[in-house]
Amino acid sequence: MQLKGWKDLAIGAVMLEPGSCLAYETGSWRTQRPILDLEKCAHCFICWIFCPESSIQVRGGKVTGIDLTYCKGCGICSAECPRQAIDMVMEATARKGAKDEG
Amino acid sequence: MRVKVKGKPVALRGDEAVAEAMRQINPDVVAAYPITPQTEIVQTFGQFVANGQVDTEFVAVESEHASMSGCIGAAASGARAQTATSGPGLALMWEMLWVASGMRLPIVMHVVNRALSAPINITCDHNDSMGARDCGWVQLYAGTMQEAYDNAIQAVRIAEHPEVMLPVMSCMDGFILGHTFEPIEILPDETVKEFIGTYKPKHSLLDVEHPVTYGSVVFHECYYEYKRQQIAAMEKAADVVLQVGQEFGDLTGRYYGLIEGYELEDADFAIVAIGSIGGTIKKVINDLRGQGQKVGLLRLRCFRPFPAQEVAQALGNKRAVAVLDRSLSFGAQAHQLQMEVAYALLTHGPIPKMVNYVYGIGGRDLLPSEIEGVYRDLMEVAETGIVPPGVRYLSVRQ
Ligand code: SF4
Ligand code: SF4
Repeated sequence: MQLKGWKDLAIGAVMLEPGSCLAYETGSWRTQRPILDLEKCAHCFICWIFCPESSIQVRGGKVTGIDLTYCKGCGICSAECPRQAIDMVMEATARKGAKDEG
Repeated sequence: MRVKVKGKPVALRGDEAVAEAMRQINPDVVAAYPITPQTEIVQTFGQFVANGQVDTEFVAVESEHASMSGCIGAAASGARAQTATSGPGLALMWEMLWVASGMRLPIVMHVVNRALSAPINITCDHNDSMGARDCGWVQLYAGTMQEAYDNAIQAVRIAEHPEVMLPVMSCMDGFILGHTFEPIEILPDETVKEFIGTYKPKHSLLDVEHPVTYGSVVFHECYYEYKRQQIAAMEKAADVVLQVGQEFGDLTGRYYGLIEGYELEDADFAIVAIGSIGGTIKKVINDLRGQGQKVGLLRLRCFRPFPAQEVAQALGNKRAVAVLDRSLSFGAQAHQLQMEVAYALLTHGPIPKMVNYVYGIGGRDLLPSEIEGVYRDLMEVAETGIVPPGVRYLSVRQ
């Protein structure tokens, strides 16, 4: 990618393109992965409110899963969930488990 | 030629005069910390808010760090934002000063120069704003209360100029200008309103049709380029300070440049200084000129950007020059103003003999007799050709 020179960049480091953070996959930061147990989940949306990466996936008024492309593994959802429906597991373990299963 | 606007002469403190300018500017947002080391600027302006004399959203924040943060948020939302501070308050803002300039937000801050703790002092010296000289803010320093009022108005135009878009510190000496009375010519409200015009921000966080992001993360790939832009904007600011000063002069009869010379052109011996001490120096010059001594003053009005060419042009032909610093850079070879003047002369030459003096630290008075002593020193330097090594500390007890 050709980077712009100082005369061509918008001043003040203002980003003019909305939603440009889509290109930044914060999921690569994750050392712990949230595992959601939908059996326990009451769909109260507390995790959805707190998630700093908007990674709690929702459809039809219900929590359906976690978007691991952007989930950075901060564990806030797990800490805030009143039903202990989200467990944090080490990313390496989660990956290994996924591999063993698949 | 258009008829100059005549203002109303009123006896005001410098702080009140600046508050008066703020009332006339009628900023959209003023976020300020209302407790010491704050000055009467915010107190007086707060009364205007309470009386409904301005439309300003006044945010009484919990600290100076928060007041600058508030101004940043407001300015990024497209508001005309201002604040005032002083001494340690300015020091507490330091982190946010970089954010304001880095985001290119045209915030105007009225600074009343005071010494920094410890020991606790609160009277005048320039260590507060000199400590902030590298934060990317334009810095204007008033010589009189009238100038403090006039600078406060011009600062808006300088900051908001599309090719500048930098925050401006409009500084005046604490107590000497801030807290004492002088007759000041206050312009009609309409004149100020017309002079500053309306601010049309290019971007606004509140403009949902054109969403923008302020304050994103920028690492080594582009950070440097944004800083390079700020350097260019500062260079441009020098032209804009001159333009606005000229326009203000055409309107009011009071013209302002980057520097002010007093009896300077034909002087053999010159003092360079910042702030209210210029008045005392002028008095000494009048006395010495009466005795046939060719002495003059260069008072710096704009420290950032530093008007190197103007300074070098004005000083190059002098036999000896004294640079008076009211701030300290501990461990440096010389203090802030001297360093700038020396490099200006080095790059633009010729280089006269120079002596660096410090005065007025923590509110210490500098007497006319001491200023006369400085001129006598310069005469001796020119006579003998010997510049004494080191900095001279005026009026400090041995
Ligand atoms: S771990 Fe953090 S980022 Fe991931 S879903 Fe939970 S709150 Fe969001
Ligand atoms: S906070 Fe817990 S219970 Fe509530 S929606 Fe999220 S996972 Fe379900």
